[in-house]
Amino acid sequence: MTVSWLHRAATLSLRGLVAFGKFWYGFIIGDDWTVAAAVAAALAVTWLLHTAGVTAWWLPPLAAVAATGASLRRIRE
Amino acid sequence: MINPAVFATTFLAAAVEIIEMVIIVVGVGTIRGWRSTLIGAASGLVILAALILALGMTLTLVPIGVLRLVVGSLLFVFGLQWLRKGIRRVAANGFRGMGERNATDDDIPTHGMDWTAWLLAFKGVLLEGLEVTIIVVTFGAAARAFPTAALAAAAALVVIGGAGALARRAVERIPRSALQLLVGTLLSAFGTFWAVEGLGIAWPGADLAIIALAAWYILAAAAHIGHLRRHARQPTSQDKLAHASAR
Repeated sequence: MTVSWLHRAATLSLRGLVAFGKFWYGFIIGDDWTVAAAVAAALAVTWLLHTAGVTAWWLPPLAAVAATGASLRRIRE
Repeated sequence: MINPAVFATTFLAAAVEIIEMVIIVVGVGTIRGWRSTLIGAASGLVILAALILALGMTLTLVPIGVLRLVVGSLLFVFGLQWLRKGIRRVAANGFRGMGERNATDDDIPTHGMDWTAWLLAFKGVLLEGLEVTIIVVTFGAAARAFPTAALAAAAALVVIGGAGALARRAVERIPRSALQLLVGTLLSAFGTFWAVEGLGIAWPGADLAIIALAAWYILAAAAHIGHLRRHARQPTSQDKLAHASAR
């Protein structure tokens, strides 16, 4: 009885965890991981440039448009 | 006694943040449905109220920079997903689909909670609400007119929120493909702005940079749509091969 209840609880928790992980994967990564990676890389480089005293606010919007273009090109091909 | 200078300053400063909050809620609600979006917005307000009650005047100690970076980065990547989808739909079908929910929006659940809409509205309301609260605390404490500052922020919320509710009908008349493109553009613009601000970098023109960012993403989207349409009109090498073999 206790074992079956524990098994059910574990299965439900695992399902919930998988659904949670899938939600965040879909939210952040979506159908093309390269765009999320490009955004993360652009923000990291922006921060590095900023700490080195270089004006870098222009980098993320530029990287976003370039990554979107590359993603659309890949889908088209 | 109301301090007119504190009222006007707080009203305008809070209005800027509340406009951003309302744009996100109206845009997400129109595209993904109102129920989950409004529950998300209400959840954000509840958490905000709890934070205000728990922290009071020490709310200014909340690491708003980290919050901006996290919320901004998430909105940034999610906004770009919608921007890509919007570009592809407008390039393929033009500005169609007025009113009805697009059949290809298969990630929107037909029943139960739409957690994506909930999260977008929740984050927008929580972050912007927190910024409004910090404005109230800062302006109110600086001028020793906390009730006036709180009243001004509440008035801004009522006025901008009411305008958002009225704008809802007009927004719903925008074709869905164009709306997805527009909301993707706005989410990307807000996301870029907050993420970069979260890194401790100030934008030239402060909040006006959001408008410049939205214009930048609209121009980029127009260029991508034009490129996709031109390419769609050109026969691919496979088309040419099929045509030759048919002859």
